[in-house]
Amino acid sequence: MIVSRGLTKTYGSVEVLRGVDLTIARGRVTAIVGPNGAGKTTFIKALLGLTRADGGSLTFAGAEIGDDAAYRARIGYMPQIAHFPDNLTGTELLELLRDLRGTPSCDEQLVDQLNVRASLDKKLRVLSGGTRQKVNAVAAFLFAPELYVLDEPTSGLDPLSSSILKERILVERRAGHTIILTSHILSEIDELADDIVYLCDGTVHFAGGVTELKRQTGTPTIERAIAALMRQEVAA
Amino acid sequence: MSAPNVTETFGWTLPEVVADAPRAKAHVITRVARFQAREVMRSRWLLAYGCFFLVVTEGLLRFSGGDARTILSLASIVLYVVPLLTLVFGTVYLYNAREFTELLLAQPVGRRGLFAGLYTGLTIPLVLAIAVGVGAPFVARGFADTPRGMLAAVIGAGAALTMIFTAIAFCIALWCEDRLRGLGAAIGVWMLGAIVYDGLVMAAVAAFSDYPLERAMLVLTLANPIDLARVTLLLQLDVSALMGYTGAVVQQFLGGATGTLVAVCALALWIIGPIALGVRAFVRKDF
Repeated sequence: MIVSRGLTKTYGSVEVLRGVDLTIARGRVTAIVGPNGAGKTTFIKALLGLTRADGGSLTFAGAEIGDDAAYRARIGYMPQIAHFPDNLTGTELLELLRDLRGTPSCDEQLVDQLNVRASLDKKLRVLSGGTRQKVNAVAAFLFAPELYVLDEPTSGLDPLSSSILKERILVERRAGHTIILTSHILSEIDELADDIVYLCDGTVHFAGGVTELKRQTGTPTIERAIAALMRQEVAA
Repeated sequence: MSAPNVTETFGWTLPEVVADAPRAKAHVITRVARFQAREVMRSRWLLAYGCFFLVVTEGLLRFSGGDARTILSLASIVLYVVPLLTLVFGTVYLYNAREFTELLLAQPVGRRGLFAGLYTGLTIPLVLAIAVGVGAPFVARGFADTPRGMLAAVIGAGAALTMIFTAIAFCIALWCEDRLRGLGAAIGVWMLGAIVYDGLVMAAVAAFSDYPLERAMLVLTLANPIDLARVTLLLQLDVSALMGYTGAVVQQFLGGATGTLVAVCALALWIIGPIALGVRAFVRKDF
């Protein structure tokens, strides 16, 4: 579904992406992991068209990502930190998104599942960080997109909400949708991910299935496997 | 079971958006503008801004004696205050909207449309605040002996300055990643345009007093939007000698209908130029 070939991006003098080659398969959960500053966020931003790559190619469903914004109708994005305008309520936010997309929302299950209906009429500013994150999740799942891009989706969520969201991610996967997520909680990746992309210093150091990763590093869990990968970096 | 679902999404969202691209863009502009305007209308800053003009106008009407003199005083207040507050308000607004802009850009929304929406969503409430703040006290007095043309000219100058300096503020906020530097730059631009510029012009006049300077003066006036707004306003108020050296010179050149036309066209260029730069920066920006 997504193919990146030699993707590069430089901010000032910092090379954030140095030729990223990877393929993200349709209908699978792909976790992008790596140390801070590895280029995870930049890659996601390039995918969403928020950042323009300097070189290489990045395609979504066969089409190069460029100036045409239409492809984003097929993506649901959950940003990591949700800052909203001061006086905005959740209901108004969802209303605006429906309006901008020009489609009625088709999927409001999460509103009740995450128990945020009562909070939607309050200003987002006065809600707790966790509740804001729930609203954020509702917004990402609102339009039944083909691709979900979830940046640290469970950060700040209580264990119950977190498990509801994870359950939901697996439901989407079973329905044939594609999910890309980043997370620092490796047990969560263990639970959800089919494929792992390990980014470090702006290049892909590992991309493949979870079992392949475990086999290659000779470790029983993803946590150990990633730790092993990071150690290799330090040693090298 | 899952496959039809995917094709369905595929089938109806894409052609619709592509086929109606211009309409979709207009839709984005009006939606974002209406949304942001409502946001700004609810902010205390805007309330304070409108109240400031209300209090000043009311005060001047009570104590300065006569509507015409009030409008003259208002003119100079508008020329100083509007650029400063618009610059500060505009940069802070765009910095605060940063994450939200990212969320909106992750939707199927084009950058030009979003920029236009953000821009009009801020300028409309700001212009309304000036119009209501300055206009209401006159309306309350039933326009008894108000020179309406002069009042309209002051509000018009305020609107033009708002449009110019919102666009400049957007440029600054897009060029400077750092919010403190951006705010500093905004205040610097105001100091330059509102205070330093006239001083420099005077210094130049003193230094080159042996040469014919009229043409140069004209260019210098057109090169500073605050000066330009002042001159345009004074041409309407017919009291150019009261304010600044450039004003006096330009009236000799630009008095009359042609002069007004040239000045208004130059103001329009000052609105269009920064907007074009802002759009360019917004379209190219890495969020």
